[in-house]
Amino acid sequence: MPDGSIGAPIKRREDRRFLTGNGRYVDDINRPNQTYAWIVRSSLAHAKIKRIDTSKAEKAPGVVRVLTGADWAADGVGGLPCGWQVIGKNQTPMHEPPHPALVADKVRHVGDNLAVVIAETRTQARDAAELIDIQFEELPAVVTMADATKKGAALVHDSVPDNICYDWELGDPAACDAQFKGAAHVTTLKLVNNRLVANPIEPRSAIAEYDASGDHYTLYTTSQNPHVIRLLMGAFVLSIPEHKLRVVAPDVGGGFGSKIYHYAEEAIVTWASKKVGRPIKWTADRSDSFMTDAQGRDHLTTAELALDKDGHFLALRVKTDANMGGYLSTFAPAIPTYLYATLLAGLYKTPVIYCNVRAIFTNTVPVDAYRGAGRPEACYLLERLVEQAARETGIEKTEIRRRNFIAKAEMPYQTPVALQYDSGDFIRNLEDGLKSADYAGFAKRRTASEKNGKLRGIGLATYIEACGIAPSAVAGALGARAGLYEAAEVRMHPTGSVTVFTGSHQHGQGHETTFAQLVADGLGVPVENVEVVHGDTDRIPFGMGTYGSRSLAVGGSAIVKAMDKIIAKGKKIAAHLLEAAVDDIEFANGTFKVSGTDKEIGIGQVALTAYVPHNYPIEELEPGLDESAFYDPKNFTFPNGCHIAEVEIDCDTGEVTLCSFNAVDDFGKIINPMIVEGQVHGGLVQGIGQALMEDCVYGEDGQLITGSFNDYSMPRADTVPSFTVAANEGAPCTHNPLGVKGCGEAGTIGAGAAVINAVIDALATRGITDIAMPATSHRVWQALQQSKA
Amino acid sequence: MYDFNYKRAKSVDDAVASVSGVEEGKFVAGGMTLIPTLKQRLAKPSDLVDLGDLKDLVGIKVDGSSVTIGAMTPHAVVAASPEVKKAIPALAKLAGLIGDPMVRNRGTIGGSISNNDPAADYPSSVVGLGATVHTNKRTIAGDDFFTGLFETALEEGELVTKVVFPIPEKSGYMKFPNPASRYAVVGVFVSKGPQGVRVAVTGAGSHVFRVPEMEKALSSSFAPAAVENIKVSDADLNSDIHASAEYRAHLVTVMAKRAVAEANG
Repeated sequence: MPDGSIGAPIKRREDRRFLTGNGRYVDDINRPNQTYAWIVRSSLAHAKIKRIDTSKAEKAPGVVRVLTGADWAADGVGGLPCGWQVIGKNQTPMHEPPHPALVADKVRHVGDNLAVVIAETRTQARDAAELIDIQFEELPAVVTMADATKKGAALVHDSVPDNICYDWELGDPAACDAQFKGAAHVTTLKLVNNRLVANPIEPRSAIAEYDASGDHYTLYTTSQNPHVIRLLMGAFVLSIPEHKLRVVAPDVGGGFGSKIYHYAEEAIVTWASKKVGRPIKWTADRSDSFMTDAQGRDHLTTAELALDKDGHFLALRVKTDANMGGYLSTFAPAIPTYLYATLLAGLYKTPVIYCNVRAIFTNTVPVDAYRGAGRPEACYLLERLVEQAARETGIEKTEIRRRNFIAKAEMPYQTPVALQYDSGDFIRNLEDGLKSADYAGFAKRRTASEKNGKLRGIGLATYIEACGIAPSAVAGALGARAGLYEAAEVRMHPTGSVTVFTGSHQHGQGHETTFAQLVADGLGVPVENVEVVHGDTDRIPFGMGTYGSRSLAVGGSAIVKAMDKIIAKGKKIAAHLLEAAVDDIEFANGTFKVSGTDKEIGIGQVALTAYVPHNYPIEELEPGLDESAFYDPKNFTFPNGCHIAEVEIDCDTGEVTLCSFNAVDDFGKIINPMIVEGQVHGGLVQGIGQALMEDCVYGEDGQLITGSFNDYSMPRADTVPSFTVAANEGAPCTHNPLGVKGCGEAGTIGAGAAVINAVIDALATRGITDIAMPATSHRVWQALQQSKA
Repeated sequence: MYDFNYKRAKSVDDAVASVSGVEEGKFVAGGMTLIPTLKQRLAKPSDLVDLGDLKDLVGIKVDGSSVTIGAMTPHAVVAASPEVKKAIPALAKLAGLIGDPMVRNRGTIGGSISNNDPAADYPSSVVGLGATVHTNKRTIAGDDFFTGLFETALEEGELVTKVVFPIPEKSGYMKFPNPASRYAVVGVFVSKGPQGVRVAVTGAGSHVFRVPEMEKALSSSFAPAAVENIKVSDADLNSDIHASAEYRAHLVTVMAKRAVAEANG
């Protein structure tokens, strides 16, 4: 295998700059004559704004301008748009209340944006912000979904009755009920999927600059998708056409979904930069991140599984309330519907599925996609149900899965919840996982733990996810207000080196390496001769960005399409130079060859000829070797796998120790196994974090109790064991040119369910069959106390 | 943070003089609590007096009967000290469990005990070993030093200079850390030595406290079994999202038992 080709575990080239402090993040950028913004945020969860007096702040040292919601409203600029419209029962569209960047009427969560102070320094802006006098009329806050949906509850938005954004369903309830009537056994669970804070290491930041001479704006922002921000902010908020707005997302320090969305601060600094005629920088501190970055999960679910006497699944019935927070974040409505309910078949042949989802407004920070987005919630529900059904029916937990798995031979498989799986070998993942985890040896290990006074449990999660949302036409029919293709440009230079411009955006994924390998392999050039460029709307043809594990499957496929065009044109040039027919030219390993002869020419020579067209078919062919492509996938990709966790519980303290974690994942074909393994590790840690530690907690008054790392528990290196991770490449994706499926979210999707199943397996020896996430020491100890009582 | 006057003190006397007569003067040792508080604008001192140059206050001295730690000695130095590890291993262990490497390299014993965070580790060792706190004015018995939530016996302009720990026969420290902050949800320091048998608890209450019932039981038998059935009342214990008072009370017993086991080696 040549260095840098597909399959080579080469080191990430971007790490040199990241590890030596040479990354260039938004906050590292400073523009001449720059000012600084400080956003005044609500300290209350729900209150009418009676009066905002900015007069003192305006006179404070260094202050350039103070703007409030009244200024925003007076300018007639739009609110922040929602990118996905869900149509509920009876064709009722979701409620879409206004989402102004600066509020004028009332605040709807702690951290809501009230005003912006622009000053010569950040400290002056903050000092002046403290001089703004705001009078509120406090309103009762609805914090939990149960409170928000009670009769007579305070309304987050006056225009949304009962605080219900939509009431949506998938499947036929009557058909589902009929299956339950005939069932030999029904397993029922009530589940909480706890709210999480994304916590990327880099807080959000934005710098806006307005050039009056050209009537042109530039926005530097911490985004996973700069073109989407240009579209949303330009077209829907500030009415700036694309050719007058450049959005740059340089190095971005992690996103996990939270940097997909268009945030108020981006619009505020862009809007204000024209007013003050100077660049404006805003950078969040960690408290801002806790209060304003879109949060994740937060479901309340009742799930029921109907089984026949042999343990075959007959039907699944799910009712979920999903918390939207105080406003609709950009893609919030799609997460508990099209990225959740559609995954409820899992790996199983359940013939009938009905899912009802209500989206609820509350006086909390908005919720949107967080690594996994809907799929961890679906996996958690299903795998908890399956292991509970196994306990109740006495069918061993791997056996009940085997009886219900979709077989490899049944692919493609149409599920009852809209998706069609193209590939997967679920049995093999399970068998490999069981072997890797020494499932057979568990009983011995349990006995050994019990001798030490500890409980031991093993838990599985088999999962399937849908990545690279597609095709655009289907997404559009389901309410997406954007296409879901990707764009790429492959520019071969005269001397044979290559620059790749991709619409995907990297913020930790290692695209600069993976995509370079892909191109080096495809064009037969050394990997160091390939450079990958991303994150700038002025340099990249177009882009839909990075989320939903889509970059390689969709963005990589667009690169392949552009390379195909390069090779097709190269063949014509080679045919001319080699005096052969185009159809006789073959291309492999960087060489064009006349079929069946030893006549050949390297791609470097072809590139030089394309740019120095002295001997060139100029009548038929344009000079240059620079091609772009858009790729719209035919289907989602379906990564899947088997995750197995083993835990030990200290009965004296309730402390859960994760002893081992084994993952077997099918990501289709793998470009760089080392990078994939890293992605899995990171995902697993976040899934384990949700299961054992992370919990976003609000007080009854809507105050964010876990507003800092003092109270919000993040997993650390010593929280997790050394992982055992393996990839199954035996069932590649059938519909994209690379056979790839995506690996970014998988770890997060399987880990939570596997860990909680392991904890329950341990606790079940004491008669406990339910525990809520996160299974903290405190919670486990309380469960053990109750079981004694 | 808000603006303040900043001064690096040249001596203990200079430090004390620098905070007197100003509007609100504050000493800053390692700054591991004060600096984040300032950054969040939760405090607005008029004057900050930096003790970083007071090298006389840095260092560890061990003699036949005691370990003396200068007030400005960072936790990392105590944790790594072969002399402390030999004389009072539980004290070195405790220092190594504070915060993270950055905190341990900046934070100091003087700063920690003067701040008296209810969940800080060091107060449990000061009380649990019957240490003596030396200041620029006097000596204060460890038992009398910690007076309430973030409150100590220190007076205006009084500065801790060193802490003298009697070397016990046996000592142990067990900590159940808060999963987020890694402060002590409950930390129990036990010792048997010249100051008698001592059991000091941090994290559970408003400030460090002793458990006389456990001390009595351990005086007759210094073994884990002696404390395993002794419960402390949860009436005055802390309760928060991480641990109820009931759980903390339970953990006091568990950690005490384990600390005794550790002390017995």
